Amino acid sequence: MLLLDPDFEDAVKDEIIGQHSNAVFAVKKAGKDLADFFSAMEDNEYMQQRCADFLDISDRIARVLENADCNLSTIDEPVILMADDLTPGETIQMDTTNVLAFVTGGGSVNSHTAILARSIGITAVVNTGVEADTKLNGHMGIVDGDMGRVLIDPEDEILEKYEEKLKKYNDEKKSLEELRTVSTVTRSGRKIDLYANVGNIQDVVRAVDSGADGIGLFRSEFLYIGKADFPSEEEQFESYKKAAELMNGKEVIIRTLDIGADKKADYLNLGKEENPAMGMRAIRICLKHPEIFKTQLRAIYRASAFGTISVMFPMITSAHEVERALQITDDVKKELSDKSIRYGEVKRGIMIETPAAAVMSDILAEKVDFFSIGTNDLTQYTLAMDRQNPEMSEFLDMHSPAVLRLIKMTVRNAHEKNVKVGICGELGADPKLTEFFINNEVDELSVSAPKILSLRKHIRELE
Amino acid sequence: MVQFSYVINDELGLHARPAGLLVKLASGFTSTITLKCENGEADAKRLIALMKLGIQKGSNVQFTVAGDDEKEAVAALEQFMKEKL
Repeated sequence: MLLLDPDFEDAVKDEIIGQHSNAVFAVKKAGKDLADFFSAMEDNEYMQQRCADFLDISDRIARVLENADCNLSTIDEPVILMADDLTPGETIQMDTTNVLAFVTGGGSVNSHTAILARSIGITAVVNTGVEADTKLNGHMGIVDGDMGRVLIDPEDEILEKYEEKLKKYNDEKKSLEELRTVSTVTRSGRKIDLYANVGNIQDVVRAVDSGADGIGLFRSEFLYIGKADFPSEEEQFESYKKAAELMNGKEVIIRTLDIGADKKADYLNLGKEENPAMGMRAIRICLKHPEIFKTQLRAIYRASAFGTISVMFPMITSAHEVERALQITDDVKKELSDKSIRYGEVKRGIMIETPAAAVMSDILAEKVDFFSIGTNDLTQYTLAMDRQNPEMSEFLDMHSPAVLRLIKMTVRNAHEKNVKVGICGELGADPKLTEFFINNEVDELSVSAPKILSLRKHIRELE
Repeated sequence: MVQFSYVINDELGLHARPAGLLVKLASGFTSTITLKCENGEADAKRLIALMKLGIQKGSNVQFTVAGDDEKEAVAALEQFMKEKL
């Protein structure tokens, strides 16, 4: 009833039209103004209390609007998406079919927007330092990822130059297609597997299209983020099965729930942490809540009957954690066997993404079948620098010798125990490091699907 | 134009629920309906405006109704006020 009142509506409209405020702000302001008016009615206690009603309804509308604002699940025409920054929740729900490029005012090359852009192979320019502005709606723009440039309403001359550049880029892309089915070996015959990192089923399709040798990192978080409740075992099973079937016998490494820190889901009730990057996340949540972990493991094992699936535990810091995770996996296997439910041979591995795991890799190698080095977190935890913090770019050496030394050590320790090692962080796709990885006999590089063909070309040109 | 007065009897004054019902009733007529009290006056078809008057028990409110259906409106309003307030 209050919402239907023209006074409320007019107040919102006036704020939007008169002050150029956005809808959320206008609704909140209208609610606040009315609340203030009523709470000032000192001689009328009943009316004073109505102030809460106005705040409540305006908050509720604002919440709906806020969700509508970041409802990116349907984008029905080709756009350049501009934002101050995008949260993991927003990027996961986003329908990217019509997104031509991302431009964000904040963020860094390692933020989620950038990772998403890389995984689907679209251009992104981040950390422009310029706020997204609705005034730019409908204008033409050029996003130049090579130069980190965004041009609004370019002159014809510049536009022509860029159209040429785009054509050349597309031609090159086409010539890479020929490398889809060839093997990934250097001139002297050294071989390395080229796997894909995927964040959903569409990514798996892209991985198949780009001739990936396997899936090195199946981020299962997409099943959890942006949902009202836990995904059911069936829902997970269907996704894992689909991935296994699409890969048609090639290995699919599923990383168990890696949520927490910057990736959140409300229903987990994680509570506010002083320092979430070092708090309840990933395997820690799973070990604390074995029922969550078991549901996922059952889904993974059941799906393993339909292809080649491996399972990988994130954020390991000690042998004890590995033992606990393996024990729970054994329990799940037994439960399935008892019920005569089929499952395949599932290799079990861990992420090496904390300095502790790298340092202990000789011991950890005795317990598992494979390692996958997560270079993003390994770098962040080794250097104690937040990769999402743009201010760190000045200090953050992505080729830090400290991290490279840990990688080298991990590979050596693993190979002594016949444990395979992959690289699944962003460094895996860094052509400047490809030779380093091959020289150190890394077994597999897992990169976003759009990077596979160019990296394969690069490897085939190495000695 | 027709006018009538009424003294609010309800302990809480013209509180949110009856105010809402009053707005609904008033909105059913084409006539303009204005409500006046010691704190000012308001369009009886606008809830927030009515609530802003902060009408309490014992207030004398005056209705002014003008339009094609003013007679029916006054009858309905008078009955409503007696029953609810």
